[in-house]
Amino acid sequence: MYNYYLTIVLAPLAAAIVAGLSGKQLRRAGAHWITILAVGLSFALSVFVLKHQVIDGGAVDNFYVYTWAVTDGLRMEVGFLVDRLTALMMVVVTFVSLMVHIYTIGYMRDDPGYERFFSYISLFTFSMLMLVMSNNFLQLFFGWEAVGLVSYLLIGFWYKRETAIVANLKAFLVNRVGDFGFILGIAAIVFMTNSLDYATVFASAESIAAQDIEVISGSPWNAMTVICILLFIGAMGKSAQAPLHVWLPDSMEGPTPISALIHAATMVTAGIFMVARMSPLYELSETALAVVIIIGAITAFFMGLVGIVQNDIKRVIAYSTLSQLGYMTVALGASAYSAAIFHLMTHAFFKALLFLAAGSVIIAMHHEQDIRKMGGIRKYMPITYWTALVGTLALIGFPGSSGFFSKDLLIEAVRDSHWHGQGAVYWIAYLSVLLGVFVTALYSFRLFFLVFHGEERMDDEIKSHLRETPWVITVPLVMLAVPSAIIGWYTVQPVLFGNYFGDAIAVAGNHDVLAKIGAGWHGSLSLVQHAVQTPVFWLAAGGALTAWFLYVKRPDIPATIKDKLSGLYNLLDRKYYFDDLYIKGFAAGGRAIGRTLSEKGDQFLIDGILVNGTANAVSRLAGVMRQLQTGYLYTYAFAMIIGLTMLLGWLIWLR
Amino acid sequence: MDFSQHFLSILIWLPVFGGIALLAIGDRHAEGSGWGGTMRVTALIVSALTFLISLKLYAGFRNSIAVMQFVERVEWIPSLNVFYYLGVDGISAPLILLTTFITPLVVIAAWDTIKVRPAQYFAAFLILEGLMIGVFSALDGLLFYVFWEAMLVPMFLIIGVWGGARRVYATLKFFLYTFLGSVLMLVAFIYLYRLTGSFDLFVFMEVPIGMTAQKLIFIAFLLAFAVKVPMWPVHTWLPDAHVEAPTGGSVILAAIMLKMGGYGFLRLSLPIVPDGSAYFSGMMIALSLIAIVYISFVALMQQDMKKLIAYSSIAHMGFVTLGFFLFWWIQGDSGAVLGMSGGMVQMISHGLISGALFLCVGVLYDRVHSRQIADYGGVANTMPVFAAFMVLFAMANAGLPGTSGFVGEFMVIIASFKANFWFAFLAATILVLGAAYTLWMIKRVIYGDVANEKVSVLKDLNRREFIVLGVLAVSVLLIGLWPAPLVDMMNATIEHLIERIGHSKL
Repeated sequence: MYNYYLTIVLAPLAAAIVAGLSGKQLRRAGAHWITILAVGLSFALSVFVLKHQVIDGGAVDNFYVYTWAVTDGLRMEVGFLVDRLTALMMVVVTFVSLMVHIYTIGYMRDDPGYERFFSYISLFTFSMLMLVMSNNFLQLFFGWEAVGLVSYLLIGFWYKRETAIVANLKAFLVNRVGDFGFILGIAAIVFMTNSLDYATVFASAESIAAQDIEVISGSPWNAMTVICILLFIGAMGKSAQAPLHVWLPDSMEGPTPISALIHAATMVTAGIFMVARMSPLYELSETALAVVIIIGAITAFFMGLVGIVQNDIKRVIAYSTLSQLGYMTVALGASAYSAAIFHLMTHAFFKALLFLAAGSVIIAMHHEQDIRKMGGIRKYMPITYWTALVGTLALIGFPGSSGFFSKDLLIEAVRDSHWHGQGAVYWIAYLSVLLGVFVTALYSFRLFFLVFHGEERMDDEIKSHLRETPWVITVPLVMLAVPSAIIGWYTVQPVLFGNYFGDAIAVAGNHDVLAKIGAGWHGSLSLVQHAVQTPVFWLAAGGALTAWFLYVKRPDIPATIKDKLSGLYNLLDRKYYFDDLYIKGFAAGGRAIGRTLSEKGDQFLIDGILVNGTANAVSRLAGVMRQLQTGYLYTYAFAMIIGLTMLLGWLIWLR
Repeated sequence: MDFSQHFLSILIWLPVFGGIALLAIGDRHAEGSGWGGTMRVTALIVSALTFLISLKLYAGFRNSIAVMQFVERVEWIPSLNVFYYLGVDGISAPLILLTTFITPLVVIAAWDTIKVRPAQYFAAFLILEGLMIGVFSALDGLLFYVFWEAMLVPMFLIIGVWGGARRVYATLKFFLYTFLGSVLMLVAFIYLYRLTGSFDLFVFMEVPIGMTAQKLIFIAFLLAFAVKVPMWPVHTWLPDAHVEAPTGGSVILAAIMLKMGGYGFLRLSLPIVPDGSAYFSGMMIALSLIAIVYISFVALMQQDMKKLIAYSSIAHMGFVTLGFFLFWWIQGDSGAVLGMSGGMVQMISHGLISGALFLCVGVLYDRVHSRQIADYGGVANTMPVFAAFMVLFAMANAGLPGTSGFVGEFMVIIASFKANFWFAFLAATILVLGAAYTLWMIKRVIYGDVANEKVSVLKDLNRREFIVLGVLAVSVLLIGLWPAPLVDMMNATIEHLIERIGHSKL
C-alpha cells in the first residue's frame, strides 16, 4: 500500500510542476491531459484504498515517509495515517477534483492563463491530500497552509482585477488569523506531550486533560480546553466560521471551478475534518465543544439569512456554504462527528454541483452573475436546469436526497445532545439548525426560481446566444448529480450507525447521540417514509413554498418587504457590518499603529532625538572642544597648570 | 603545503587575495571584453572556487561531535599571547557555507549592472567575503576583533561609493553605530585578557568571572551584537543603509552581516558570561518581542520596497534573539535546544530569503530606477517569470510551510510556548503581520493592471537573473522541505552549548 499512498499524493504534485514549469511548451491540451491523468490516477487509487479499508477490512496504516528534522527530542516528520476517515476524504477530494479538472477545460477555454490554472488546481489536490493523509501536526499544518496558498493564488487568478487581488489578500490574512490560533494550539500540544505525532498525543489525551495551563497568571485553565479552542480558531479561519467568515464570500472573485473545488467542497471543510480527526482531544473538553457548537450555530443561522438578500449567483451559494459549514460545526460540537463528516461528504457533492451549475449559467450568460438579470433560463439549458434542481433539492434536504439523510440526522443528533444541559447552549444550537432549514429552503429556491423560472430579464444580445454548455461542462454536472441524489440512501446506515469510522473517531459514552438514534434506526426507506412527521420537512417545504410565492407567483412582493423592513434588509445587505468593522477597525487600525510607530517611534524618538540628537550633542561638544584648542601657547600652559593643580590636590587630600 | 591542514585559511585568504588581484587588474576596458571580461570572470571564478572548496565543510564535517573541527592554531603575536586560531563547529559551519553560497550569486547579479569602477566593486565583495569567513572561524578574541572591524571597511566603501543619493548619511550612520558598539567589545576583550593572560575564546569560556563583571561584559558585547542584528531600538541604521546600498551590498548586509550579531551572542555572550546572560535574558526576550511586533507594524507602512524588506529583516531577526535567550525561561526539561536551533535555522533561512528579496528589488530597480511601491503595479503582466519568483520569496518571507522561512519560526514559536504562553502569542503575531506587510507589497507591486508606461515596457528576467533567483528558490524550498541536514549539523554543538551555559561561572 505504501507505494499506492505515495502515488496518490505525488502524482498531482508532479503534474502541477510539469504543467506549471513547462507552461506554453506543453500547450493547452498537454497541460490538461497531464493533470487530469494524474488526478484520475489518484482518484482510482483512492477508491482502491477505500475498498481496501472498508470491504477488505484492511488494517489502518500509520507510517512515516521521511524525517523532516529532529532536535531536542522532538521528532518532526512527514508521514501518512490512512484509516477509514482518511480514505473517505481522499475519495471525496480526488473525485470532486477530477470533475473540476474536466469542467475547467470548458470553463477556462478562452483564458490566457489556462496552463497556470491547471497547475494550481493540481497543486491544490496535492496539498489537500497531504492535509487529510497526515499522521502528525507538522504535516497537518503544512497542508493547512499549502491549501491556503493555492486558495490565495486562485482567488487572485485574474490578477488584473482589483477586486480579485483585494479578495485574495483578505482571504490569506483572515486565514492567517485562524492559523495564528492553530499554531499556538500545536505549540500547546508540544508543550504538554513533546510530540507532534497524532497517536502519541491521543495516547496522552487523558493526562493532558488532567493538567492546567496558566495563560493568565493566577487563573489556571484546563490544558485540553486551551488546546482545543486554539485549534478550533484555526478551523474557524479555514472553515469560515463567524467571525472569521468574511473571506469566503469575497473568494468568489476567483474562477467558478475553484469556488466549487476549494471554496465549497474540499478546502473549507478542512476545519471540520481536523476537529473530527482530533475527536479524542475534543471529547475531553466539554467547554471547547460548547464553544464549537455555539460558533457553528451562529454561522449556520445568520449566514443563511444573508444569503436571502444577495443578488450575485455565486455569492448566494457562498453564503449557503457558510451556513452549511455551520451545520457541520454544530454537529462536531454535539459530538456527532460522523454526522458532520457525512454532511461534509454529501455537501461536497451537491455544493460542487450547484457551483458548477452556476458556472454553466454564468458562461452561457457571458459572465453575467447578477440574478436580477436572469430568469427563464430553464428552457435554454435543460441539463443545467435539471442538475441544478437535483443540487437544490439535496441542499434543502428533500426526502430521499443525499442532503436529506445527512441534514435530518445531523439535526436529530443536535436535538438529542442533552449532555450540554438544557440551557442556552442547547437551545441556541437546536433552534439555529432547525430554523436554518427554513432559511436554506428560502434562499435556495429564491435563487433557483430567479435564475431558471419567471420572466426572461436578460438583454436580447445575451438571449440570442443563450444555449446549453458543451459536454465537458455538462458531464461533470451529471456525474455530480448522481451522488447528490442517491448517495445518502446507500451510505447513511454504515457511515452513521455501522461504526464505519471505527477508532478513527472517538466519542465519549455519554456523548454518543448517534448510538441513541441508531437504536431506533429502521433503514433509509423508513426514514424517508416518516419524513413528513418531522418539523424539518415542514420547515423546508415552507421555505420552498415561500420562495415560490414571492418569486414566481407574486414577484412584486419582495420589493415591498424590502421597503417595509429596510433596517433588517440593510443589516443583511451589509452582512452585519463585519466587513466595515474589519476594514475600518483592524485594517485601518493596523495601518494607523504602523504609521504612528514609524513616524513617532522610529523617526522622531529614536532617530530624531536619540541618534541624531547624540550626533548633534557630539558635534556641539566638539565645537566647545575646538574653542579650547586655540593654538595659543598660553592657553595650553594655563590648562596644564590647572590640570596639574587638580591632580596634586586629589593626591594630597583624597588619598 | 598540506591543504587539509589549512582549510579555513584557504577559505579566508583565497577571496581576499583574489580581491587584491582584481584591484591590480583594475577597470581597464571594463566595458569591452579583454581585461573587463577577465576582471568579471576572475571574480566569478574566485567566488565559485571558494564555494566549491567550502563544500568540504559540509562533506567533511562530523555532526556527532561538539568540538572544533578544521582547527588551525599558530602563534601570531607571541608577546601578547595572541594566536592565529581558527576552527568551526555546528554554529559557524552553516554560516560560512551561507557566506560562500551567497557571494558568487552577488557577483553574478552585479555582472553588467555595475558601470562605475566594477573591478573595485567586485574586489570589495571578495575581500569582504574572506573577512566574514574570518569572523565566523576565529577562535582568538583579538583575531575575531580584527576581522570584525576590518569587515566594516569594504562594506563602508560599497555603500559609500556605489550607493544612492543619501549614501554619505547612511554610511556614517552605519559606521558610527557599528563601530561604537564594537569598541566596547574590544574593552571587554582587554578586560578578559587582563584576567586570563590570553585571548583564547575557550580560556574566556572557562575562567570564573564575578557577577558585576559578567553584567558589564554582557552589556559591552550586547552593544556590539545588538547593533549588528539589529535589535530594537538600535536598528534605525539598517533601513537607511539598505536603501542607499547597491543591490549587492543590501544582499550581503541582510544575508550575512546581520548574522554576525546572532553569531556573536552564541560564540561569545552566552558561553563567556552565562550568568550575565541569564540576568539579562528577560530583557533580551522583551526586546526581541518588541522587534517582532513593533517593527512589523512599522514595516506595514513603508513606501519604499527596500525599507520594507529591511524592517521585515529586523522583525525576523527578532526570532533569532528570542530563540537564543529562551533557555533560562523554559519550563520542563526540553525546549532550549529547540529554541536555539530554531534561531540558527532562522538566520540561515533569512539569509536566503532576504537576499532573494533584495535581489528582486534590484531587478526592478535596474529597469525602472525606483524603489517606491507606488511606481509599480501589475508587474506580473509584463514579467510573469519574475512575478512567480517574487511571490515565492514573499511567501517564504511570510513563513509559509514548505519554505525555509517556516522552519525557524515554527521551532522558536514552539519553544517559546514552553517558556510562556505570551511569548509564543506575541511571536506568533508574525503569522498575520508578516503576511500583511509582505503580501500587501506584492499586491501593489506585482498584481493589478499595468500601472504606468514604465511597467508596460518591462522585460522579463534575463538568463543571468533567472539563474540567481532560481538557485535561491531551490535552496529556500529545499531547506523548507527537508531541514534535517542543516539541523543535524547544529544539534551536537547546540546541546553542548546549552550544557555549558547551564553551569554558573561565578
